[in-house]
Amino acid sequence: MSSDPWIWVGALLTLMIFSFLYKDNPFYKFGEHLFVGVANGYYIVFYWHNSLRPNLFEPLGAGEFIYLVPLLLGLMYFTRFIPKVSWLVRIPIGFMIGWGAGLSIPALFQAEVLRQLEGTVVAPSSFTNPMSGIWSLIILVGVICTLIYFFFSKEHKGILGHTSRIGIIFIMIGFGASFGYTVMARVSLLIGRIQFLLGPWLGLID
Amino acid sequence: MTFLLIFLSFLPPTDVIARDKPNDAGSTISLSWNLSADDALIDGYVIMKREASDQAGEYSKIGSTIRGVMAFEDENAQDGIPYEYVVAVIKNGELFESAPSEPTVSSPQVFHTGRTNVLIAIAVFTLMLAYFVAKARSGKGLFIRKIAGLAAVEEAVGRATEMGKPILYVPGLGDIDWTATIASMNILGEVAKKIALYDTALIVPNRWSVTYTVSKEVVKEAFISEGRPEKFKEDYVRYLTEAQFGFAAAINGIIMREKPATNFFVGRFWAESLIMAETGSQAGSFQIAGTDSVLQLPFFVTACDYTLMGEELYAASAYLSREPLLLGSLKAQDYGKLIVLLMLIFLTAFSFLNINLLGILRVQ
Repeated sequence: MSSDPWIWVGALLTLMIFSFLYKDNPFYKFGEHLFVGVANGYYIVFYWHNSLRPNLFEPLGAGEFIYLVPLLLGLMYFTRFIPKVSWLVRIPIGFMIGWGAGLSIPALFQAEVLRQLEGTVVAPSSFTNPMSGIWSLIILVGVICTLIYFFFSKEHKGILGHTSRIGIIFIMIGFGASFGYTVMARVSLLIGRIQFLLGPWLGLID
Repeated sequence: MTFLLIFLSFLPPTDVIARDKPNDAGSTISLSWNLSADDALIDGYVIMKREASDQAGEYSKIGSTIRGVMAFEDENAQDGIPYEYVVAVIKNGELFESAPSEPTVSSPQVFHTGRTNVLIAIAVFTLMLAYFVAKARSGKGLFIRKIAGLAAVEEAVGRATEMGKPILYVPGLGDIDWTATIASMNILGEVAKKIALYDTALIVPNRWSVTYTVSKEVVKEAFISEGRPEKFKEDYVRYLTEAQFGFAAAINGIIMREKPATNFFVGRFWAESLIMAETGSQAGSFQIAGTDSVLQLPFFVTACDYTLMGEELYAASAYLSREPLLLGSLKAQDYGKLIVLLMLIFLTAFSFLNINLLGILRVQ
């Protein structure tokens, strides 16, 4: 059994969180509140050292006054606490949303539309290996039917109804595969935690 | 002695060409050359440069390559300053220099010509958006098919009111620059309007400070627009923590202690999705989820009563609010999908007719 007090802290906190599997209880409540509080404290320090100081205050101290613009935008978030000027908070929010949309829209068109389209089109070269050609055709049919499922402007009746039903079958097959894959990954996380308890803490395994 | 000198000299590369790298943000000059005739015998190439204005100055080494390589990129050029480059053969530490390149200047380009197709795609989509928004504003009804998960929103709010329990709305774990979070904020606004009318309690926990501020504004605005600003309570919208699993642990605590009648999980989610949805399911809450995170959708489908999948999440705010701007945007998305579908069919058909048009989809 470990003599390192930090291993003990880690193990006891792990058990506190695991106790939720039985039901909500004071130990879980303690672990949860400690986790949230410690994480908030950690991130305040993290952002000061990794963001605010090197990316704002140091350049400002070096006379780069253009950094007053982000400082001002950041300070506007705090106007929420002053009712008379609380509307100012919308300026940085608008800036953030506009920046996010402006940056992501071209990237989405590039990565999720044009490249996916290119990868889905079936060409004679896809049949160099007959089996991979057949799979390419299945993928093409799946993409077309799935796109039709996500078409909202028409009622899914008749041919549209049939193809969208095939689309949902493709989606569910995809979800099934994804479910199995992700559960495997989660089980490996659990194994990691159990190994920590049995190894560094209890010393039952190497 | 002369024989030895001839024996030890190696032919340098020829035709050293320097040019500004196209479609970049500046500071890069691309170099190319023809291999030395003694390429098989040498150790490699050394690339050197100097400012063209400093003809008396020495060339300084900026990089090296192994033999057989015919190109190099100088990524540390200063825009606007002409540079000359020489490429030298190196053998046993001795250099045999080429003739210098023509002076070359690096510069940034405003327009990336390799992404013209992206520009055209965005322009076409924007035009469709403008057209459908104008059409929706002119009062012409735009049809949207029924989306099961959204039809249940009214029921979900009503259920909470009848039970006298709060509604939990988790706007995902993505920051405000995630498209799913923006969509979630639109849906939150509509849900909050119904909550304001039904007089139900609301809990909106947030992972990020910016989403916290936006959520608060959205909920407050919804209560004001329904004419019930006095019903809005500051603690409806809460900040928890940035730590992913700390956030999930806190949501579990809220679900078990405040016993919400309805849980909404709408936005971007990662590994914590099943932890939260499973707890909600065990607590007997009615659950509606919506996300574009493909890996998390199966978990929500399994643990929630209704799930908005991918595009349905983006369609949700238009469906709920029927606002012309959102309806027009949804119609434009639909026709965008139609164009993609037709392109898939036609490009496949053309490729079997030996007409290869795939180049129009390639992005540099």
